[in-house]
Amino acid sequence: MAQVFPRSANTLARVSLFCVVAGPLAILLTGSAITRSGFNTKVDVPLDQPVPFSHEHHVNELGIDCRYCHTSVTKSSFAGIPPTYTCMSCHSQIWTNSPLLKPVRDSLATGEPLQWVRVNKLPDFVYFDHSIHINRGINCNVCHGPVHRMQLTYKGKPFFMSFCVNCHRNPEGYLRPREDVFNLYVKYQRGDISAEDRRMLDDPDYVPSPAQVAKGKQLVKEYGIKKAQLTDCWICHR
Amino acid sequence: MSNPSTERILNGEHSYLTIDGRIGGVVLDQRKHPLPWYVTFAIGFGLLQVMMLAFTWLLYKGVGIWGINIPVGWGFAIINFVWWIGIGHAGTLISAILLLMRQLWRNSINRFAEAMTLFAVMCAGLFPLLHTGRPWVAYWLFPYPSVLGVWPQFRSPLVWDVFAVSTYMTVSALFWYIGLIPDFATMRDKARNRLAQIVFGILSMGWRGSAGHWFRYETAYLILAGLSTPLVLSVHSIVSFDFAVSIIPGWHTTIFPPYFVAGAIYAGFAMVLILAIPIRAWYGLKDFITMRHLDWMAKFMLGTGLVVFYGYLMEAFYAWYSGNKYEQYMMMNRWVGPYAPLYWALIVCNGITPQFLWSPKVRRNLAMLFTISVVVSIGMWLERFMIVVESLHRDFLPSSWGMYAGTIWDWATFIGTIGFFTFNMFLFIRFVPMINMFEMKDLLHKITGRVPAQAITQRAHEAAELAEERA
Amino acid sequence: MSSKNDTNITQRDVLQRLKDRLAGRKGPEYWRSLEELAGSPEFQRFVEDEFPNRSSLLEAMKMDRRSFLTLMGSSIALAGLAGCRFLPAEKIVPYVQAPEDLIPGVPVYYATAAVILGYGVGILVESHEGRPTKIEGNPGHPASLGSTDALVQATLLDLYDPERSQNVSKKGQAATWDAFFAEARKTLASLPAGGEGLRILTGTVTSPTLAAQISEVLRKYPAARWHQYEPAADHNARAGAVAAFGKPVQAIYHLDKAARVLTLDADFLGQPPSNIRYARDFAERRRVRRGATEMNRLYAVESTPGITGAMADHRWALRPGEIEAIARAIAAGIGVRMGADAHQATYPWVDAVARDLAAHHGASVVIPGAGQPPAVHALAYAMNQALGAVGSTVRFVEPVEATPVDHLASLKELVADMRAHRVRALLILGGNPVYTAPADLEFADALASVPFSVHLGRYDDETAATCLWHLAESHYLEAWSDVRAFDGTASIVQPLIQPLYSSRSAHEVLAGLLGDPIPGLEIVKNHWRAGFAGPDARFEDAWRKWLNDGVIPGTAAKPVTVPDAKVPAPTPVVADGYDVIFRPDPNLVDGTFANNAWLMELPRPLTKLTWDNAALMSPAMAVRLGLATREKAYVANNQVVELSYKGRKLKAPLFILPGHADNCVTLHLGWGRTRGGSVCAGKGVNAYSLQTSDAPDYGSGLQIAPTQDRYELVSTHYHSAIDMEGRHPVLWRTFDEYQRSGYAPVAGDEESTPSESMFRTPPEYANYDGYAWGMSIDLNVCIGCNACVVACQAENNIPVVGKDQVSRGREMYWIRIDRYYQGTTEADLENPVTFFEPVPCMQCELAPCEPVCPVGATTHSHEGLNQMVYNRCVGTRYCSNNCPYKVRRFNFYKFSAGQPNNAPGNYDNPTYKLMANPNVTVRGRGVMEKCTYCVQRINEARIKAKEQNRTIRDGEIQTACQQVCPTKAITFGNIHDAGAEVSRQKQEPAKFVLLGDLNTRPRTTYLAKFRNPNPEIGTEKSLE
Repeated sequence: MAQVFPRSANTLARVSLFCVVAGPLAILLTGSAITRSGFNTKVDVPLDQPVPFSHEHHVNELGIDCRYCHTSVTKSSFAGIPPTYTCMSCHSQIWTNSPLLKPVRDSLATGEPLQWVRVNKLPDFVYFDHSIHINRGINCNVCHGPVHRMQLTYKGKPFFMSFCVNCHRNPEGYLRPREDVFNLYVKYQRGDISAEDRRMLDDPDYVPSPAQVAKGKQLVKEYGIKKAQLTDCWICHR
Repeated sequence: MSNPSTERILNGEHSYLTIDGRIGGVVLDQRKHPLPWYVTFAIGFGLLQVMMLAFTWLLYKGVGIWGINIPVGWGFAIINFVWWIGIGHAGTLISAILLLMRQLWRNSINRFAEAMTLFAVMCAGLFPLLHTGRPWVAYWLFPYPSVLGVWPQFRSPLVWDVFAVSTYMTVSALFWYIGLIPDFATMRDKARNRLAQIVFGILSMGWRGSAGHWFRYETAYLILAGLSTPLVLSVHSIVSFDFAVSIIPGWHTTIFPPYFVAGAIYAGFAMVLILAIPIRAWYGLKDFITMRHLDWMAKFMLGTGLVVFYGYLMEAFYAWYSGNKYEQYMMMNRWVGPYAPLYWALIVCNGITPQFLWSPKVRRNLAMLFTISVVVSIGMWLERFMIVVESLHRDFLPSSWGMYAGTIWDWATFIGTIGFFTFNMFLFIRFVPMINMFEMKDLLHKITGRVPAQAITQRAHEAAELAEERA
Repeated sequence: MSSKNDTNITQRDVLQRLKDRLAGRKGPEYWRSLEELAGSPEFQRFVEDEFPNRSSLLEAMKMDRRSFLTLMGSSIALAGLAGCRFLPAEKIVPYVQAPEDLIPGVPVYYATAAVILGYGVGILVESHEGRPTKIEGNPGHPASLGSTDALVQATLLDLYDPERSQNVSKKGQAATWDAFFAEARKTLASLPAGGEGLRILTGTVTSPTLAAQISEVLRKYPAARWHQYEPAADHNARAGAVAAFGKPVQAIYHLDKAARVLTLDADFLGQPPSNIRYARDFAERRRVRRGATEMNRLYAVESTPGITGAMADHRWALRPGEIEAIARAIAAGIGVRMGADAHQATYPWVDAVARDLAAHHGASVVIPGAGQPPAVHALAYAMNQALGAVGSTVRFVEPVEATPVDHLASLKELVADMRAHRVRALLILGGNPVYTAPADLEFADALASVPFSVHLGRYDDETAATCLWHLAESHYLEAWSDVRAFDGTASIVQPLIQPLYSSRSAHEVLAGLLGDPIPGLEIVKNHWRAGFAGPDARFEDAWRKWLNDGVIPGTAAKPVTVPDAKVPAPTPVVADGYDVIFRPDPNLVDGTFANNAWLMELPRPLTKLTWDNAALMSPAMAVRLGLATREKAYVANNQVVELSYKGRKLKAPLFILPGHADNCVTLHLGWGRTRGGSVCAGKGVNAYSLQTSDAPDYGSGLQIAPTQDRYELVSTHYHSAIDMEGRHPVLWRTFDEYQRSGYAPVAGDEESTPSESMFRTPPEYANYDGYAWGMSIDLNVCIGCNACVVACQAENNIPVVGKDQVSRGREMYWIRIDRYYQGTTEADLENPVTFFEPVPCMQCELAPCEPVCPVGATTHSHEGLNQMVYNRCVGTRYCSNNCPYKVRRFNFYKFSAGQPNNAPGNYDNPTYKLMANPNVTVRGRGVMEKCTYCVQRINEARIKAKEQNRTIRDGEIQTACQQVCPTKAITFGNIHDAGAEVSRQKQEPAKFVLLGDLNTRPRTTYLAKFRNPNPEIGTEKSLE
């Protein structure tokens, strides 16, 4: 009786057998790759803002302290976004009629607040507190990436839980003396910043050196940080 | 050299041809399906729609549509899960353990017992997923490297379940399929219409019945049998841990694993009988599924039934012997509490009814056998109700006692899955040879002790094919 | 990651151009490239939205962001937090000019006063960026001392109630304030000389400013009249005082000085507005610690079981009419000079009680009940004088009410005049008289004859519907006012928020009518400035201080000296058929709080009924009526009976209440509303429809006819836990036993020695040197008032689920108050000993819930908290099954969004959104939740302490339930700190562990209940 299938079917059969096994695996791997890719995390993607505000210019070139605008960063969970008045405290003097700043002037005139697009965002079930991180000597860039170099503000780190947990499990590498948190930018500007710290500020993929970790261990003791407790769920979720 | 132990497990004057005809014919000749098939299938299909509806509504509204509450956090969903998983067990037992024990009689029932296992596990699998409050994140129970930097908690029996059930599902499916390959090949060769040839051709994966094929087949089949054997015991033991590791009086007992496994096989054989008795009549398969088979299965039911009954007695004994007031109250509550009628119904269904099976007359009376099987199936469901609900509804603090009753949606999901099961089962009957043909032929050979003529021609034919291929 | 590098490159040259531009050089193409980079809508959509059809999907399924997230959950399988990328681009909007001393994210507290039945309770209100989110008691205020009750807590929900009336309406048609004032002034002008026919109807008025305004009106229109009617006020006390002393004086009790207390049907622990203070004082004398030699003793005679009776060492259930006789007998026993026929009551215990009271001369007190006739009050005053209580445990002061009148008489007069068409213009300031007036007055159709009737109220209720004009009244958190506490102390009521709707306060309305519409602040401030002693310059400082402290010093009511109380002649006891008793509902009071979903669902202290009232009666009576058998007293529940009383009929479902006086039926007022919001409308039966003005409190001649109908009542104590199933959820001793035993531990083996466990405490927790949080609940002073339950609800964004869901056992309370009765004999059933036991999460150290969770959504913190993580929860409910205390609650539906059948308390509702505590996640569908020991407060304190490089002080953290508790029965703190109050309590011999034999090692432990029965009265039971 006639063959139902041509010879080629055999190869086809073997290939399909292979796919049955390999297929699902491939899909999972791709999925996880996409998740971690910039495409998903939006890291490094500047968003369209009413005013093309440059952190690089204000922080690094002019040397304005973070707290000048983000006033509540040391006092509250929320870092604070500068009110229009803060912008105008300088821009009533300089660049008074720059077209870029028109929205700011309008806001002052009309009393309509500026509407910035949120860049760094956590889900509502995550309760992050800026003040305590600053207080423990965590520099802004540790979470926000090289802000001081940002011409347009973009997300510096993907806020995966694993990212947070990584630091909460071994904070040593990222702790700095309290007084240095904002000082680092000044040093950076003056150029008398240690290579380690420079890397921490500039390099999004910064990995602390053993020496730094050793110093960090000191700080952990000094601050009385209970490392084990840092990964308790209710530290961040309620 | 006829073997007494194989007497009367294959009746009638059969040749290889007639075996193929009888069993394969059901599939190949789509015209000659009896009316009951259409009726039952229609019912199954209808109920399947009910299930779909119930689950859609569930996903849209939330588990609130069910009767569950605080304190009774688990209801029908878990009852049905355990019930279905249990039913599956007979299949695995028959195919794996009886195979290793060289029980020839299993050959004529293992095929659809395995199918039954497969579909029962499919029904069961739906519940653990859908009973969660947020099924869309149920995948968190699987260990995988997530960006959350956290893993499932392996101390929880629910995670063990995930592995137990998925393994069980996979192995059963493989076992069933491998066993089917030679028959698919036969179907391919017997098929007259092109479509059937292609479909069966693909399914048979180029099986030619060469000695090499048979050698590999036997090895693979034995290995899988070896793999499934521990599963028969492990799966339901682990399911029983869902309860046993808790502290709830009525759950917190050490006898659960054996007691659950026995119960599972008990329920399983009941279901096999419920299916086998009508089908062998409708399709004239009395020659292959003989009274001898039914008798053996009845005896299995009796045996496991006694173990289960012993379990009930031990529960009561432990409750008293523990001297623990919560355990004792739990038992009293089962006996005289608001759910007492269900408990006594359970005792009647699972404890008393099977005792009739002591009498050979009853075992040979199909009507009785069928009824008893149905009663036992109901009893087993009641048992799970007793375990899940009656333990939870009155635990430690009188202030937080409550009552539980299934809502219409609970029933819809339960009945619906029965439909799903029937639906699958009858598709299987119609499109897959429901009895193992080559095993039957083998059996015939063992019985008659000679190779019928057309077998020789068949072998020659195969040899020719082989040569052709070589050239 | 090539894509990433690309963006970097494009970005960099864009930024280069930006710098050029900033340097003033031209770079027109820069804009185009920025467009390309981020500006163009396509790009935006690409950046922000992976699923273009998502928004439409949202519309279709009416989902908020959170539920959308959950739906997308599976598609963001491996994404975890990266779920953010699917969110719509969120705008972040700063101030134009930041308000001073406001730090975004840090709450501010303001002192003000809650107005309950016209009296003030001092409170501190937490405000998040201008949204009042939580009410706490004001420690400096005499009526609060830092605590509140359930009512005050719930007023927060009233503020945000979306069903409040929001505008002015005339005959139901929307109108404007200007239109109203125009017409009102015209009408007033048109009145005959002296404003003949102008009437004002108010509730109890203690507000000095309002009183001044009203009297100004009366000056301007001499012929006008002011009527007052407050249904739930203590009218009889006033009448009693007049009867006894010939003038209205007010009695204030000092239970902290009382060793022996006798209540004559008085619910001083439950009856606002003095309940909070009285409860605190009472508890001061009740608390028992190791070595205690004193404990007060409470005798309660009452007809309707209340929380006061439940606390009593001796309680007797009597028909309200019989209580006067008892009072006389006891009075005689303690040497009150009675009239000729002091007919002796036949109760054996009377003399014992009298002796005991007399033995504590000057340290005992008799408190008459609001529901008792003036005679009983007069008797009580006389007894107190005879007991030398005046000046120590009782003080008589000038009435706090601006103008104390006989409210009922005042109302009758108004109705009479309305019928006689003598009323041209009626101004109803607050209240709902059409609903609350006794049935026989038929207030509604009397009102119909008034040509110009105005109702100022917070709801479009029965009265609003009957009046010509309805004006939206501002909530006390929205408007300036002032109010006096029960002891006379005045507070300024300062608003926390601008009125949510176009509503006004009574002050503003009156000012408007008087022709100078000035804002409330001015009105109140001017009044106080006028009355201010010292120089004007100082006023501002004083004013600021008053606002800051929440009290105005030196405003407490002046004491008055009273003559010997005249003892009225005995009123004959009429007892034909059954008595009907009208009582304010424990939660809704007179119906004022009827549209408050929190109070609607809150289980009543003893019946545990929610969402309904019922005809309460004793088991024996039900048996006698043939509604039940002695064996199964509770089968009577849910049967509908027809009550006929003075020619009026009312059908009501029956509820058997152990301890209820025999031969009488209690109906709670405030139910069966026909208008005034979806929460209250049609719930329960309206007891006012039986109430008559000649006997507003209780009356004889009730007939009861069974009907065939049944009505499902829902009580959270599913089966009435009348016996304890051989279990000891509550341990108790008599104070005497305890002393004689030399303060031996009360916990028997079962509670103290846990059964052997195969598991060690995980070492990392065992030897953790940080904080270890624990709680201790003193059952001896817990009065079961429910304040903690509502406080918890407000603090933790706990949704209301509605009657249907409660009936399915799905209420969401994180802390519940278990009510146990002791004993099973008939006598017990008729007059049981009642125990209250608040049960929050026990925060077990070996928590059964933890090991069973498949995803680790509930884990153990190093500080010993049993953490529940909503966003990790899959919803298997295994943890709840395995919790022996059943304190876990599950979101079977999306309760927070009002599902399934839009139950109130819906956090998706724009106004309720404002109310939510921003520091607690609003839970979505399908997740488990439970008490967290208010972890948000713990974290806040921990962070503050860390920033100040110190450790958290004892008492620095107060859980919501602890802070609100009127008797301070709940203590929370660090049990590693031996000096902490909670640690000391855990050392007490009275300490016991709930279900200790399970070896769960709860962090929440209890102090046993003590009873202090009079040895001369041998009725006390004992568990042995």
